[in-house]
Amino acid sequence: MPQRTATIGSSVGLHARPAALFVEAAQGTGLDVEIGRPGEDPVDATSILGVMALGAKHGEEVVLTAEGDGADAALAGLVDLLNRDLDAEE
Amino acid sequence: MSGERRSGVGVSPGTAAGPVVQVAPPVKAPADEPAPADAEAAAESVRGALSAVGEDLDARAAAADEHAQPILKATAMIARDKGLAKAAAKQVAAGKGPATAIAAAVDEFAAQFEALGGYFAERVTDLRDVGSRAIAHVLGVPTPGVPELSGPSVIVALDLAPAETAALDRSHVVAIVTEHGGRTSHTAILAAQMGIPAVVQLPDATGIPAGTTVAVDGDAGHVVLDPDTRLLEIQRARREKLAAALDELHGPGRTADGHAVALLANIGGVDDAVAAGAADLEGVGLFRTEFMYLSAATLPSVEDQADVYRQVLAPFPGRRVVIRTLDAGADKPLAFADLGEEENPALGRRGLRLCQARPELLDSQLEAIALAAKDTGAEVKVMAPMVATTDEAEWFATRVRAAGLPSAGVMIEVPAAALRAHHVLSHVDFGSLGTNDLAQYTMAADRGEGELASLLDPWQPAVLQVIEAACKGGHSSDRPVGVCGESAGDPFLALVLTGLGVASLSMAPSKVPAVRFALSRHTLAECRSLASAALDAPTAERARQLVKAGAKNEVTDLL
Repeated sequence: MPQRTATIGSSVGLHARPAALFVEAAQGTGLDVEIGRPGEDPVDATSILGVMALGAKHGEEVVLTAEGDGADAALAGLVDLLNRDLDAEE
Repeated sequence: MSGERRSGVGVSPGTAAGPVVQVAPPVKAPADEPAPADAEAAAESVRGALSAVGEDLDARAAAADEHAQPILKATAMIARDKGLAKAAAKQVAAGKGPATAIAAAVDEFAAQFEALGGYFAERVTDLRDVGSRAIAHVLGVPTPGVPELSGPSVIVALDLAPAETAALDRSHVVAIVTEHGGRTSHTAILAAQMGIPAVVQLPDATGIPAGTTVAVDGDAGHVVLDPDTRLLEIQRARREKLAAALDELHGPGRTADGHAVALLANIGGVDDAVAAGAADLEGVGLFRTEFMYLSAATLPSVEDQADVYRQVLAPFPGRRVVIRTLDAGADKPLAFADLGEEENPALGRRGLRLCQARPELLDSQLEAIALAAKDTGAEVKVMAPMVATTDEAEWFATRVRAAGLPSAGVMIEVPAAALRAHHVLSHVDFGSLGTNDLAQYTMAADRGEGELASLLDPWQPAVLQVIEAACKGGHSSDRPVGVCGESAGDPFLALVLTGLGVASLSMAPSKVPAVRFALSRHTLAECRSLASAALDAPTAERARQLVKAGAKNEVTDLL
């Protein structure tokens, strides 16, 4: 299963607006996407509550997995999104 | 029952009339909800409720202004969340009724968020709001929260939570009435910001049928149900006369004989600063800096802090801005400087006490303020919250001067500091009475406890006497003492405070014109005699009556 690592770029962590933007993007892929800390149980990346409950802080590493057609491209987009400071962007 | 008059506590001045819009309280799942006979129907009912809430919130987001829109959209996203639906479905499968299942699913996520703390814990309010709305849908009761307003409305609620007011269409709210709440409650602060009348502690306010026209008098604390046209006419005429009287006056605060009392604004962020900067006032008497720290997971960098201070100071070239350093504690915990739970946070390690435990926080704040002060033309002063002793005042002043800032002061909100003001102030440049906390500590009454509103009344003669002691200490140590509590915005109390010797009054900007008007009609000697009448009064109520009776008619008639 395709898997990629990202570092949380948002200064507030993966929370509030950054979490909402990420979840919307994950939903937009139409795939089953999961996000989690390395070596821990992942959560559903299309669930805003799941993603927020993960509580990923600024600078933390997270692992993304996806299954289905176009999973590699979808993951690349999501990794890019996570690496940016989404809270600072308008 | 035409003309029925009820009395509560007026917390924001002025009069207004309009139809009542009741804010329905949050809904809880009934404790005795039976297990569902048909599990599939129950599951469907949960799904239907959550998706209806999501749709409703989306529709409201589409119609909301730019401020409320992101909040409503994010809340809608929670309602449509797969994880929440799954958790609720699991509860139904385990034999719970639909409302109980939603409540349990919400509790599950709320516990996770609360454990994360800081930013994450704040989302619990939105999550619970979604749960409450979905439960209302399942039970077929009115949706909790503020309904959509179609015209001028008087908002009536048991109490208003900050989350409920975020989505409030401010252009349609003409007055706020609550059954609970106190003088320093969120309702009072919000209404003062909006410049609309508010009455709290009104008996059976939630029993007033929606749509009933009410006349609200935020000065007297009265609400009249189905007022006759005569009353509405009197109130309207009074509003117009007052507006005309206020319009005539401009510029710095002065008594009738020219004694200067600076009129300043209390602000809590950049938006407030911009609004206050455009208003006719002499500067800022209290800038609460907590907003930029409470929501941060780590201490913001000095440069990031300085950026915010620059924005706050920019509108005030040549005017003073008094910045209160970090006032956090167990009740307003910082994610990056949590000293742990306290049994009694109001009496715990908060304000300067927290900064003494973590001096690097204060030093970084002072450094940022000093940077911003250099870049703007504002006359910057800093003051410490929660100072009780001379040693604390000295400790703070030393650090302020080391940071290169010209003026250090202390809040006088602990009676100990007021009683010992001569000594405490000798180490600093000024004092500022925080009358909300001063009343809380003098009367040993929790500020958040609405039932104790009468003890927290700043007209309590004991509170006035403590203020007098602080003013005397300021006088003998030759240091100015101002007031930055909400009491400064009560025009009659402003006269008393002036008579007691305060040098400045800092309040919600909307309250400045009425205070300027009251001051302009009384001499300093008259203010002193009103102050001694208030001090001699046996009760808060009597003090207020005596001062209103002793003030000039042209002021009492209009305010």
